[in-house]
Amino acid sequence: MDFQLSEQEESFRQEVVSFLDENLPEDGQRTPESMADWSTKIREKRWVGFSWPENVGGGGGSIMEQVILKDEMAKRKAPSLGSCFMGLAWVGPSIIQYGTEEQKQKYIPDILDGKYQWCTGYSEPDSGSDLASLKCKSERDGDDYVVNGQKIWTSIAMWSKMMILLVRTDQASESKHDGITCLLVEMDTPGIEVRPIKNMSGGAMFAEVFFDNVRVPVANRLGAEGEGWKVTISALASERSSIAEVHGLIRKIGEVKELARETVRGGRAMSDDPGIRRRIAQAETKIEAMRLNGMRFLTKQLKGEPLGSETSINKLHRASLEIGLGELALEILGSSATLMGSEEESVDGGAWARFALNWPEVVIGGGTPNIQKNIIAERMLGLPKD
Amino acid sequence: MNFGFSEEQELLRAEVRKFLDQNASLERVREIAEQEDGPSTDPALWARMAELGWVGLAMPEAHGGVGLDLETLLVVLEETGRSLFPSPLISTVIAAKAIERFGSEAQQARWIPSLADGSKVGTFAFLERTDSFTPGGVETLAKPDGDELVLSGEKLFVTDAAAADLFVVAVRSGSDADSISLVVVEKGTKGVEASNFAAMDLTKRIGKLTLEEARVDADCVLGKQGGSWEAAQWLLDLGAALVTAEAVGSAEAALNITTEFAKERVQFDEQIGKFQGVKHPLAEIYVDVESFRSLVYYAVWALDQDAEDARIAVSRAKAYCADTFPDAGIMGVQLHGGVGYTWEYDIQLYLKRSKWVRPMFGDADYHYARVAQLGGL
Repeated sequence: MDFQLSEQEESFRQEVVSFLDENLPEDGQRTPESMADWSTKIREKRWVGFSWPENVGGGGGSIMEQVILKDEMAKRKAPSLGSCFMGLAWVGPSIIQYGTEEQKQKYIPDILDGKYQWCTGYSEPDSGSDLASLKCKSERDGDDYVVNGQKIWTSIAMWSKMMILLVRTDQASESKHDGITCLLVEMDTPGIEVRPIKNMSGGAMFAEVFFDNVRVPVANRLGAEGEGWKVTISALASERSSIAEVHGLIRKIGEVKELARETVRGGRAMSDDPGIRRRIAQAETKIEAMRLNGMRFLTKQLKGEPLGSETSINKLHRASLEIGLGELALEILGSSATLMGSEEESVDGGAWARFALNWPEVVIGGGTPNIQKNIIAERMLGLPKD
Repeated sequence: MNFGFSEEQELLRAEVRKFLDQNASLERVREIAEQEDGPSTDPALWARMAELGWVGLAMPEAHGGVGLDLETLLVVLEETGRSLFPSPLISTVIAAKAIERFGSEAQQARWIPSLADGSKVGTFAFLERTDSFTPGGVETLAKPDGDELVLSGEKLFVTDAAAADLFVVAVRSGSDADSISLVVVEKGTKGVEASNFAAMDLTKRIGKLTLEEARVDADCVLGKQGGSWEAAQWLLDLGAALVTAEAVGSAEAALNITTEFAKERVQFDEQIGKFQGVKHPLAEIYVDVESFRSLVYYAVWALDQDAEDARIAVSRAKAYCADTFPDAGIMGVQLHGGVGYTWEYDIQLYLKRSKWVRPMFGDADYHYARVAQLGGL
């Protein structure tokens, strides 16, 4: 084992450190203006889409360089690189892999520049965990596809200009996985209706999206007809970056510890309560396990071995931590955890209460914990499918 | 960056696995373990393993060892854990490391060669009736008398106590917090008695050491007389890391045995492994085993490097392991149904191992408390 960086990697790290020193405003001095300036600089530096090939405008960063960059950014609590979240996470990689030259030229620069948001039209009311059973229908009519049906749980649909959409083009295909096609749809096309869904925290991130005879040019098809499932799977795989979420959790557990120190109940700081101490230590240990699991997966990647379903391990950890850290914070707070208003009694304006209501976004989104357990049982342990 | 093993280490793993598969099947392990008052191992196999260099693997070359690191030893331990092979390997390595790290050149030359070649068994005797991993927990007294020390006290839960020829004993010479010393005591010394307890896990011998005015030369003290609490704690950390490394192999084997059972056992006309009520707990065990595997790999590396975070790394690994391995043992037996309860089926052997592992060198409560403290709470 060797956790040292090579000379080349170390010099890249130095480069990152000095760029951050020079250009990233200190935490606490970040204004909209200074951050707009920062956005321009990282775009020029090609840190947005850093993992993408250089010929499409990406940074061409190696896996190790991506890791170093993320690590150094996290140390400074730097905001994420680029603002087109889903575009950078999976729409872009799918277009790079399956798109035509025209599609690449049309969409990739805008994703890198963060000109507008993309949303993802995958789930349907009757197709959640069993995504491949989706029914949203699309029929060919001349140079257009005509789409009819409904999507649901579409994050930020109301603020998006574009959608990556999965439709069924072949009703009669033998396997449900065949007959699915991927389309790139402009959200202002006539016939699209977006209805935001109010969630249990009172906000709305998701929406239902209805399609009524929506005409999408054939030129906007991503990949071949009937190839949509393959496009999706490879897109989700590119999202399976092994170390992605751990930095956010490290930051969160730090905040929970701070909260425990500051919260005095019954004349005692909650950080002195043995039960709370153990649970904090347990959560911190799990986060460290995630980080180290990620490094083992990374080692595999660096050796050129494909990453399999073992990444579900960290998805399960993340799910339990997203829920667990919220619960832990509420237990530390005690009675005041029930408040969400601006009164003095409500700690941080109910920020922790809100946090404790927002885990479904993460936990349900990329495949529920039960689905992750099926994946591990079937693909890692070789148990029979049911 | 490489968080994995070298080709040589993987070859070693394959070699150890082959050796144990051929010579220490679970059937053979049961024979060794079920001998009443038996030795801690099969002496012939132990001698063979020593010959192959696995006992002295992480001991210094200058004194008959192979001179490799703990990381390489970890590979061997994962395999002995998988096969549940009963042997005083961990005990002997801790004793040798104590002498290597804290002893003089002369002390190393005196004791390590016979540990490295497997002719003598060593062990670390720390716990007492206080059952506490603190300086205050050490009540065994060392009274200076001329060039000698007179030792009196009782050490409990000493691994491989009856088999050991050499004990590294934590003693106290005064009443302040850090008047702890480490003393090497050899079997056969007058006033030294060691015996094993009847234990739950028959593949792990554990016993007690009684010191009744046992006299040892002052040159049996490792390092400083008094002021060795840090050293004792390092040995406890080493023990926790090695036990956890071995537990990775055992827990993985328990998972594999149960998974294979779930593929074969048919109920309601289906393999039971098809049911999510069976799949999901197995997936959870997999997640836990892979996670404490990562934690202990890093902890052992950190010990090798004397890294600053070695201590918290060890505690995280042992805590996670002690917290989850026993549940995996219980779930393994439960998923086997009635046969899991029988002496005949092997899963019970792993359940018992998990219960040996849990408190050994600190349980989850102890190590999580340390994680909290070292983590700044």
